[in-house]
Amino acid sequence: MTKKENFLKGFIKENPLFVLLLGTCPALAITTSLENAFGMGIAFIFVLVMSNTIISLINSFKKLKELIQPVRIAVYIVIIASLVTIVEMIMQAYLPDLYNSLGVFISLITVNCIVLGRAEAYASQNTVSDSVIDGISMGLGYTLALIIISLIREFLGNGTITIWGDLQINLQGVFEFLHITPISFFTSSAGAFMVLGIVLAIMQAIKNSKDAKEKEAKKQEKEVK
Amino acid sequence: MSFNQIIFIIFSSMLLENVILSQFLGICSFLGVSKSRKSAVGMGLSVVAVIVLATTVTWLIYNYVLVLFDLVYLKTIVFILVIASLVQIIEIIIKKFVPSLYKSLGIYLPLITTNCAVLGVAIKASQNGLTFFNMLLYALGSGLGFLLIMFIFSFLREELEKRKVPKAMSGIPIALVVASILAIIFSRYVGIVKEDEGEKEKELPRTANVISMHLTPSDEYLDNIIRRMK
Repeated sequence: MTKKENFLKGFIKENPLFVLLLGTCPALAITTSLENAFGMGIAFIFVLVMSNTIISLINSFKKLKELIQPVRIAVYIVIIASLVTIVEMIMQAYLPDLYNSLGVFISLITVNCIVLGRAEAYASQNTVSDSVIDGISMGLGYTLALIIISLIREFLGNGTITIWGDLQINLQGVFEFLHITPISFFTSSAGAFMVLGIVLAIMQAIKNSKDAKEKEAKKQEKEVK
Repeated sequence: MSFNQIIFIIFSSMLLENVILSQFLGICSFLGVSKSRKSAVGMGLSVVAVIVLATTVTWLIYNYVLVLFDLVYLKTIVFILVIASLVQIIEIIIKKFVPSLYKSLGIYLPLITTNCAVLGVAIKASQNGLTFFNMLLYALGSGLGFLLIMFIFSFLREELEKRKVPKAMSGIPIALVVASILAIIFSRYVGIVKEDEGEKEKELPRTANVISMHLTPSDEYLDNIIRRMK
């Protein structure tokens, strides 16, 4: 796999949320505004890239690798938890509003399946530079997924798009034009499940049609032969 | 503490503030293990046990070690270590003394370490400064809520498997839509329990306070109803 392929895989082909279906808890809980999605994404990218780097570094030393082999999951969890603590402290100090709105979900990055999964499945078997690229790619892919869901939910549920702090795009005119009010269902918990379900269904439909086209192309090739 | 308050805490953590449907904790196992009724109940029961034990231990550590020595910022690391070792200890004990239980529940125990419901409830219970008894009730209610939703949802998913659904929706998407409908139903439980008027509870989690505000209908709402009846 080339470096470019490695970088691009996280966005669509192996998107952690839409394809691998990992990290669904924060994707449902904090996507009520775009600002939250950005904040979560940044925290997540930091933890993922750092944990991938550290774990691939540890595994590049043969003796150290053999030493931690029996307790490796525990070691990984402690490393990830320390990184999460760093993020938590920085956020609490410099971005207190965002820290309050993300709440417990910053701490819960520790048990996010994506971070531990990448550590075990990728970083422990690959070089440091590959692992860093993998971390950035997966982190950006996850952030992209969060942004898509939060855009849908915030626009339909509130009529606004909050980019950061007071920077807000007001789109309530669209609803006024249609003579309806924003549908608060989408900001509720039930709306979160519904939006994720529908987005996943769209992804599956696209994949199905692609598969069907490929099959037809193969059939035609056989007929030509 | 009155009996009313006990009922209020249990019901609000079990139904109103359900771990899965309104707090979005433990969605991974909710979607992953709910394919058959047997595994869903097995997972649910082990989560109830681990949540109650882990929350008790972490609450004690938080209040009597971390707060005293001003080490609150270490809570994430300490809590996850406590939960991981607790799960390991439970696994060893069950394996030694109740092998039959281990056979049916054993496979779910390692999964629980990375179940965010356990860590989430533990952090919420200690951060919100619940008293010991309230914390026990809160943990028990949350665990039972998890079990209840897993049980209901596994039934629904078993039925879904037999039905014809559009090709794009089959599998996880339709399960999420069903979960959404379930969440609508559960959000309607607001008002099923009424809090004691005498003392406003201070120990309950922040979200519970918000919900309890909605428990008593506002004057405007009552006026509207009276006007309509006239």
